[in-house]
Amino acid sequence: MNSNPFSLWVYLSQTPLLWLTVTLLVYATADALSMASGRHPFANPVFHSMWVIAAFLLVTGTSYTTYFSGAQFVHFLLGPATVALAVPLYENRRVVASAILPMLVALAVGCATAIVSVVLLAQALGLPRSVVLSLAPKSVTAGVAMGISESLGADASLTAVAVILTGIMGAMIVTPLMNRMGITDFRARGFAVGLASHGIGTARAFQVDAVAGVFAGIAMSLNALVTSLLVPLAVTLLVR
Amino acid sequence: MIASLSLILLCQLVGEIFVHSLAVPVPGPVVGMMLLLILLLLRDRFTRLAHGPLQGNGVEAGAKGLLAHLSVLFVPAGVGIVQKLDLLAEHGIAIAAILAISVVVTLLVTVATFLLVGRFMAGNRPAT
Repeated sequence: MNSNPFSLWVYLSQTPLLWLTVTLLVYATADALSMASGRHPFANPVFHSMWVIAAFLLVTGTSYTTYFSGAQFVHFLLGPATVALAVPLYENRRVVASAILPMLVALAVGCATAIVSVVLLAQALGLPRSVVLSLAPKSVTAGVAMGISESLGADASLTAVAVILTGIMGAMIVTPLMNRMGITDFRARGFAVGLASHGIGTARAFQVDAVAGVFAGIAMSLNALVTSLLVPLAVTLLVR
Repeated sequence: MIASLSLILLCQLVGEIFVHSLAVPVPGPVVGMMLLLILLLLRDRFTRLAHGPLQGNGVEAGAKGLLAHLSVLFVPAGVGIVQKLDLLAEHGIAIAAILAISVVVTLLVTVATFLLVGRFMAGNRPAT
């Protein structure tokens, strides 16, 4: 019936099935390569999946909306995964309770640094106001950052891209950076990467060390809270 | 597995209801996470609560299954870069540089604060 392969493509390219399959298949391949490289920081599976799928969409002329009709099933799980962070938090509650004060101070200082640094740099380089606002919440997880961006009247889809890029950069740089600085406290290392690079940093931390992963998860959740409160304030004070 | 996933979704749902009805500027899933944590802690105190997914490592296993593949969940949002190519052609290098500098500064400041406060608490102030 479908003697014409083109009409089969036209049919399949509009189905969620194809794009869900592409997302999982490309990620599974990228993850296998990352594993084969001994989890080398530059073999980051999110980064490589992202550009491969983006290139595939551009080559086939597929719109992001069509792609997202399939990929949304994966995207949806970001919310439940945030809830699931309660389990590592629960299992490591004693380690966490013993470090509660360093965590809270580092949270306040780190969160302010993340927002203020990006706003000041973006203004210094003369980026348009809408771009500055869209970059401001880049250190929190995608769903939360997009919500903050919308409430500021900024471009939420640009925010999502900035969030993912920040996550990937943090995940790639954290291990070489911390090793070079001679920092061996995996609680501190994990906390820093979870705060700066949300879930992608947390995923990286879990690859390196279980305790680092737990602290990254806590930093990521607490930062989502604090950033939602701090970004509107920082924008009022800093953005011209 | 289904019961564990249901419990996780239920926590998120209650979180969303809480956040939206009280208009608190906190994401629903974060409230859901605190709720699940409280449930797990209550279960240890009141054995009567240890049913369904709250017994025999049920929800723990489900949650770990989700977290084991945390990074794949960011791929769909990342592919959204295809919608921003014109903006990135104009400001891409500046944006990448800003994000890179900001992330390094944030990592260093956070880790330094954590270690300094930790040392201060332990009683031996670092020499300045």
